[in-house]
Amino acid sequence: MAKGSTAAKWTRRTFLASAGLIGGGLALGLTLAPNRLKMSADTVKDADEAILNTWVKVSPENQITVLIPHSEMGQGAGTGLAQMLAEEMEADWNTVSIEQAPALHEYTNSDLGRGYIVGEGAEIPAFIYPLLDFSFLQIASGLVGQMTGGSTAIRLTGHHGMRRAGASAKGMLLAAAARDWDVPLSELEAKDSYVLHAGSNRKESFGSLATAAAEFEPSLKPDLKDPDTYKIVGTSKARLDLPEKVNGRAVFGMDVQVPEMIYAAIALPPIRDARALSVDQSGVRKRDGLGQVLNLGDVVAVTATSFWTATQVLAELNVTWDGGQQDLSSEAIRALHENDLAHKKREVMDSAGNTETSLAQGKRIDATFAVPFLAHATMEPMNCTAHVTHPTCEIWVGHQNPLFAKAAVADVLGYDKDSVTIHSQYLGGGFGRRGDMDFVTIAARIAAQLDKPVKVIWSREADMANDSYRPAILSKMAGSLDGSRISAVSHAYIDASSGMPDSERPFAFPYDVPNRQIERVKCPSPIPVGTWRAVDFTQMGFFNETFMDELAYEADVDPLQFRLDHTTDPRRRAVLQRLGKEARWGADLEPRRSQGVAMVESFGTIVAQVVDASISDDGGVRVNHVTSVVDCGRLINPDAGEAQIKGSVIFGLTSALFGEITLEGGKIVQQNFPDYRMIQMENAPSQTVYFMPSGNPPGGLGEPGVPPVTPALTNAIFAATGTRVRELPIAKHGFYGV
Amino acid sequence: MSISFTLNGDAVTADVDPEKPLLWVIREDFQLTGTKFGCGIAACGACTVHVDGIAMRTCVLPVEAVAERNVRTIEDLDIDGTSNPLQTAWLEHQVPQCGYCQSGMIMAAEALLQEIPNPTDEDINAAMTNICRCGTYDRVRNAIHTAAKARQGG
Repeated sequence: MAKGSTAAKWTRRTFLASAGLIGGGLALGLTLAPNRLKMSADTVKDADEAILNTWVKVSPENQITVLIPHSEMGQGAGTGLAQMLAEEMEADWNTVSIEQAPALHEYTNSDLGRGYIVGEGAEIPAFIYPLLDFSFLQIASGLVGQMTGGSTAIRLTGHHGMRRAGASAKGMLLAAAARDWDVPLSELEAKDSYVLHAGSNRKESFGSLATAAAEFEPSLKPDLKDPDTYKIVGTSKARLDLPEKVNGRAVFGMDVQVPEMIYAAIALPPIRDARALSVDQSGVRKRDGLGQVLNLGDVVAVTATSFWTATQVLAELNVTWDGGQQDLSSEAIRALHENDLAHKKREVMDSAGNTETSLAQGKRIDATFAVPFLAHATMEPMNCTAHVTHPTCEIWVGHQNPLFAKAAVADVLGYDKDSVTIHSQYLGGGFGRRGDMDFVTIAARIAAQLDKPVKVIWSREADMANDSYRPAILSKMAGSLDGSRISAVSHAYIDASSGMPDSERPFAFPYDVPNRQIERVKCPSPIPVGTWRAVDFTQMGFFNETFMDELAYEADVDPLQFRLDHTTDPRRRAVLQRLGKEARWGADLEPRRSQGVAMVESFGTIVAQVVDASISDDGGVRVNHVTSVVDCGRLINPDAGEAQIKGSVIFGLTSALFGEITLEGGKIVQQNFPDYRMIQMENAPSQTVYFMPSGNPPGGLGEPGVPPVTPALTNAIFAATGTRVRELPIAKHGFYGV
Repeated sequence: MSISFTLNGDAVTADVDPEKPLLWVIREDFQLTGTKFGCGIAACGACTVHVDGIAMRTCVLPVEAVAERNVRTIEDLDIDGTSNPLQTAWLEHQVPQCGYCQSGMIMAAEALLQEIPNPTDEDINAAMTNICRCGTYDRVRNAIHTAAKARQGG
C-alpha cells in the first residue's frame, strides 16, 4: 500500500462490525486504530493492521473466549483484560477463557477485519501521541515495556478496548433477545452469561443467542457500567494461564516443536561491531546430525539436528573477528559522560524561578550519581524459530510486539508483510528485552539460508553479552535549603536514550520546589541500550529520591516527613502517610539496622516503599523486609497486582545489590549468572503490599514497583551506617548483598 | 551409543552421544519440554529433574550418568491426573509469573519435601537455590509450607 493513503483512509472510516462464526456463535472485534492519532503512514502499513485490538468469541455452548492482543510474560495481563471484558459483558467468569490473539489469522488480518475506530473524544492517554510520530522501528523499541507490559495492557487496551468490546457484545445479545422474544430492550437484563426477561420469565444463554446476535450492529459507544457495581473487576481471580505453568505443559518460544525442525547455535561479535572475516572449521570433529556453518558477517551460525551438537561445533570453530570498538570500556564511557556533562551544551528540560541565585544564598549540597549498564537476563534466553520459504515466512516466538516483529522480519527478508506469519508463544520473561528485533531477524536470516525450519537458541553467554542494556548514566545534582524547606534544586544528567519518547520520560524533580533548573546532555550510548523494566524511572528515581534524602538529613527533618512537607498532591500524600503507618516508620531498631523510604510515580501509579535493612560491620547488607504502598487507581486483580509489586521489588533490589554490566576492551565482562548475580531465596526479603483505594483510571503495575526500592535501600544503608550510596551497585561503596 | 534409563516410569533408550546432557536428551529426543534451558552451567536450576529421587540439574549432566537410573520430570508429577500437593499449593498461592523457572522450582521443592517433610525456612533457603527473575520467592516459600502440611494430612 502506498504511503500516505492508509492514514487518510482510516481517518475517514469509522466502522464496526461483528460476524457469525462458522459453526455458530458470535465474534466481536474492536480496534483502536492509532493512525487516527496522527500516526505516520509507515506505522500502519495496511488498513486492517492495528496496534491494539481486542476480541471476544461466544460459542453456542456458552463458552466465552477473550482473545488477548498482549503477550503474556508473567504480568497476568491476559486475565486482567478478560476480567474487564467479562465485567461489562455480564459474563459468568467460570465460562471465560483466554487465547493469544495473533495466532488466529482469521481474526488478525482477515475479511472478518472487524473493528471500529474509537470516535472523537476518546480518552487516549496523552503519552501515546508522540510515540506515534516516531518512525516504525523506533516505536517498536520504544513501546516494548509498555505495549505488552502491565503498564499499558490494562490502562490502554483494557480501559479503552476490552470494556467496550464487552459492553458491545452484551448490547448485541440483548438486541437479539429483544427481537426473538418480541419484548422491549429496556425490559431485558444480562446476568452471568444469560439474558433474562423478568416479565415473561424467559431466560436464554449468551451461547444460544450468539448467532442471532451476530446479525446486529455493535454499538460504537456502548454504555459502560458504574464501577461501584463491579463484581469481577477488583477481585482476585486466579490467573487463567497458571494451570499449565505448574505441570510443564505451557509452551514457551523455547519449547516450540515444528516438523522437520533443526537447531542453530550462534556466535555474535565478542567486540562491539566486529565482523566475522573468516571461519576456520579445521578443528571441528565429525558428528552425527551436523548441518551447516553459516557466516552472516555479524553472526556465525552452526545448524544441527540437536542444539547441543550445534553448540559443541560452534565452540570448535575458529572465527576471526575484525574491527569493532576495541577501545570501549566502562571507564571510557564514564569519562565521556563526565566530559560531556562538563562541556557540552545542555538542553533545559524544566526551569522555574532563579535557581542559581537561590543555590548561592541557601545552605547548599552537591552530589554526583552514577548508575551502570544492566542486563535484562530473562530466564528464557533469547530464541526464535523461523521457517523461510518463498514467498512466505513463519515465525514462532515469544515477543512483546508481534506486529512489529512481523514487519521487521518482512523488512530483513525483503518480503511483503502479509507473507510473514507470527505464531506467538509464552515469554519466559520480557522486561523490555523481548521488544527488540535482533533475535527475530537473526533467526529469519539464518532460516533464509536453509530449507527447513530452524530454532535459533542463544546461549546464556550470548544473551548476556548482546543485550540492549539499561543505559549507564551520570547525574549531578545541587540543592539548597532555606530552613527546613528546599529553596532550589538543579539537576544535570546524561541522556543516553532509553528508546522511550521524551513524553514518557521523567525529568522533573517530583517535589514542590520553587526554584528549579533541570538540564540534560544527550550522549547516545556506544553500546545498544533499550527499555529495561520501568525504563528511565529506575535512574531518575534513584537520583531524585537519594537526593531528597540527603536534603532531609541536611535539614534535620525526618525523611518521610520531609517528603510530606514538599508534597501537595493528595494522592501522593495519602500514600506516604499510609506507608508511615504500615511500615511502622521510626520504630526503634537495633544498631546497624535501619529503614529507608522512597516514592516514585510512574506509568500512572504511585509507589512508596520502606526498606528495612541490616548492615554487618564488614558491609554485608541484608534486606529484612520491604513495605510497599501503591495507588494504581482502579485495581483490576489485587492478587495479581501484589505479585507484580513483589516481583518488581526483587527485580529492583537485585540491581541495587548486585547488578552491573561492564566493558573491557570492547567486550562485555559478565557472562552468566555467577558474575551477573541474582537474588535467590535466601536473599529475598519478606514483603507486605498495601493498595490504596483510588477512583482514578487503572495505572500500570508491571513496572512501577521497581524504581523506589533502590533508593529506599540505599537510604536505609545511610541511616544505618552514615555512608551515602551515590553509585550503583552498592559494591561501589564497599557493601555487598547477603 | 545407546543409553537405557527409566523416564517417568517408562523404560527408554536414547541412541545419542553419551556426553549429550540429559536436559537436551529429555527435550529433543523425548520432546518433554517442561524442563527448561536457562544457563547451561547448572547455576539457575531451570533444568532440575529427579534422578533416583534426587533433584539434579541436567544441563551439564551427561546422559550416560543416568544409565539404568530412574529419571522423573515435571510432566510426571501429577500422577493419574491428580495434582501433586505442590502443584495444588502453587495454584492456591498463584506462584508463577512468567512461569519459565517454575518446573525446576517445583521439582526442587518435591525433592526437598521427600527428604524433609516439614521444612523450616532455613531448610527452604538451603534447598531452593533456583533463580527466578520474576521474583516469586516469597510465594514459592509459602506454597512449599502449604504443600508440606497437605502431604501430612493437612
